[in-house]
Amino acid sequence: MEEERKTPQLDELERGPWPSFVTEIRRAAVKSESAGDLLGLLEKSYEDKVGHWKHGGIVGVKGYGGGVIGRYTDMPEEFPHLREFHTMRLNQPSGWFYTTDALRKICDIWEKHGSGLTNFHGSTGDIILLGTTTGELQPTFDEFIEAGFDLGGSGSDLRSPSCCVGPGRCEYACYDTLDMCFDLTNEYQDELHRPMWPYKFKIKMSGCANDCVASIARADLSVIGTWRDCITIDQEAVKAYAAGGMDIQALVCDKCPTRALHFNPKTCELKVDGEDCSRCMHCVNVMTKAVKQGKEKGATLLIGAKSTIVKSAFLSWVVVPFMKMESPYTEFKDLLSRIWDWWDENGKTRERIGELIYRVGMGEFLRAVDLPPVPQMVFRPRANPYVFWQEDEITRHDQETASPSESGRDI
Amino acid sequence: MAKTDKGPPDYRQFLPPIIKENYGKWKYHEHVRPGVLKHVGETGELYSIRVGSPRLVSVDFIRDVCELADRYCAGHLRFTSRNNIEFLTPDQTQVDPLIEACKAKGLPVGGTGKAMSNVVHTQGWIHCHTPATDASGIVKAVMDDLFEYFTRDDLPNKLTVAMACCLNMCGAVHCSDVAILGVHRTVPRINHDIIRKGTEIPSLVACCPTAAIRPDPKNKSVTLHDSRCMYCGNCYTMSPGMEIMDADNDGIAILVGGKVSNARSAPSFSRMVIPFLPNNPPRWPETTAAVRHIVETWVRHARKGERVGEWIERIGWERFFTLTDIPFSDKLIDDYIFSRETYRTTAAFKY
Repeated sequence: MEEERKTPQLDELERGPWPSFVTEIRRAAVKSESAGDLLGLLEKSYEDKVGHWKHGGIVGVKGYGGGVIGRYTDMPEEFPHLREFHTMRLNQPSGWFYTTDALRKICDIWEKHGSGLTNFHGSTGDIILLGTTTGELQPTFDEFIEAGFDLGGSGSDLRSPSCCVGPGRCEYACYDTLDMCFDLTNEYQDELHRPMWPYKFKIKMSGCANDCVASIARADLSVIGTWRDCITIDQEAVKAYAAGGMDIQALVCDKCPTRALHFNPKTCELKVDGEDCSRCMHCVNVMTKAVKQGKEKGATLLIGAKSTIVKSAFLSWVVVPFMKMESPYTEFKDLLSRIWDWWDENGKTRERIGELIYRVGMGEFLRAVDLPPVPQMVFRPRANPYVFWQEDEITRHDQETASPSESGRDI
Repeated sequence: MAKTDKGPPDYRQFLPPIIKENYGKWKYHEHVRPGVLKHVGETGELYSIRVGSPRLVSVDFIRDVCELADRYCAGHLRFTSRNNIEFLTPDQTQVDPLIEACKAKGLPVGGTGKAMSNVVHTQGWIHCHTPATDASGIVKAVMDDLFEYFTRDDLPNKLTVAMACCLNMCGAVHCSDVAILGVHRTVPRINHDIIRKGTEIPSLVACCPTAAIRPDPKNKSVTLHDSRCMYCGNCYTMSPGMEIMDADNDGIAILVGGKVSNARSAPSFSRMVIPFLPNNPPRWPETTAAVRHIVETWVRHARKGERVGEWIERIGWERFFTLTDIPFSDKLIDDYIFSRETYRTTAAFKY
């Protein structure tokens, strides 16, 4: 580099106990001129208090419509190595498990072709490779695919599905999140790599209602592990918790949202009214040795989560209270294809599935994808009388001309 | 040409033997000490040592981490959904030496159980084209300031802090205990030349959630109804001609009390408590002070087991503003499309 650039504000962020991203950019800058320029550009942003990146252009690799995000600085004269500084998304392995061999392979390829800067991981779950030129994209991809890695999603496609650690390391996993994530990702490679929808679609799999991948907040389709029967309680283990000083009444029973648990301090017995339990996971969490989930396990499917832009943030809501979740996930995939077909047909540009359902109504959605309405779908029924009656549900005055096949489902 | 659509690597090849043996057969887990989890399965125990990362890391950082995993964990590790690293070993005798080695490398061990975990965040000025603020810098400043809360696990419950540099919110900041959010406060400046050059005007008009953007066919551009604009920046995503970044007026809002877990209470959104704090790099002192103040008030007042939102819902939001002394203003009262459910339709409340 010609001369040492001054970066007093970034230097300040190398101090303090938390590991510093500035130190990391500096480490990358030893080998990469673009990482060096990034330090300068970021310092400039700290001075100007605005970003210095332009809108992306369309860049990519052969055969793919997504997985690469074009990025160009608005100050190419001053920072020539950031003229092109594109992001590549590599699809992560289920549960973000790695061996050091696999990680070193990623490092070696990325150091050769890009800035050497990464995110482990991006918010959706991919390995994010930050910063390379248009010319390097294809060679980078070619090496990664040889090494066993492939691109993740971007744009109006299926985004890389992600899942919690699941049965790999958690006694709460009600289905095999790792396997299901891997299975779906492989099944839907075309949907993942070639944007063809109104907007993005995210699927996230959590093994239980603790929802460690925040599926209910972020996934268009949230798959959250649950059980149908009743929790089981090991009374000996309860006694051990009590003997260890746990205030079971205060910390377990009083916090049960449905008041389904009853503790007898004399006998040290904990009882549950199974029909009152809503399977929230609290007691299982705090008495992991004593309280176990039921045996009939599967998942609840919820639809529609997204963040704020544009019609406000949505949390996913229940569309299937319970579905067995076992390989090859046929029932799930059948439903998913009905949902995608309907959304693809009816969604406006940049309209997420949740916003579409909000616009046209749950009734419309349920009829279109053939799901039975059940009370588990709502906190409470409607308070207004504005029901959209279907033609076959009312007596028509021109009865003679009506035929059942004309009524109903299509929109 | 390389093959396409090979899909991600099979996770099974990366699982350590202890996990393969106990896959789906874990019995229970314990919090051994801050940053260390012990999972007990049929054939033995698995220790997970959790370490914070700055998320934006060099390949040499990953290599350093690999070296530790090789030395102490037979080459096995994973990452969490909050940008932490977890070293995985069945050998208890490796735990303390690994922790010492992490500390020697400046890697913080913690973030488990009733602790503050790592901050989920976005790219900010590092690599995004729509930010209202930086992300990595604010996160570094906040984590430096609240470092002790990452390394101890005696808080009322877990604490998730998230940061998004604009309203697109890449990451679940909208359901976090404390959300730090970059916000714009001024209407986009229309660059007619750019719009004429390459913007699909019907899409640009349609993308505005408040119908503030109108077509201007004579000018082959658009006009803006300023008073309808709520500065969401969606139009800037559609067209670079809607310039919304504003050095003097962009900044940060703080929202609190969200959660995603279903335990005890339903998942919920974070709610705005501070509408604006200035962009003040490199340490954003107003933001770090606000976050610390909210966290400390929660730690002082919450009952055991209460997340931030559960604590506030129990005492009432009006009490939250009293206890924190955070000024309330009209800006905190929703006036967008789902506002009605937030109005207090009861005569029962506190002071």
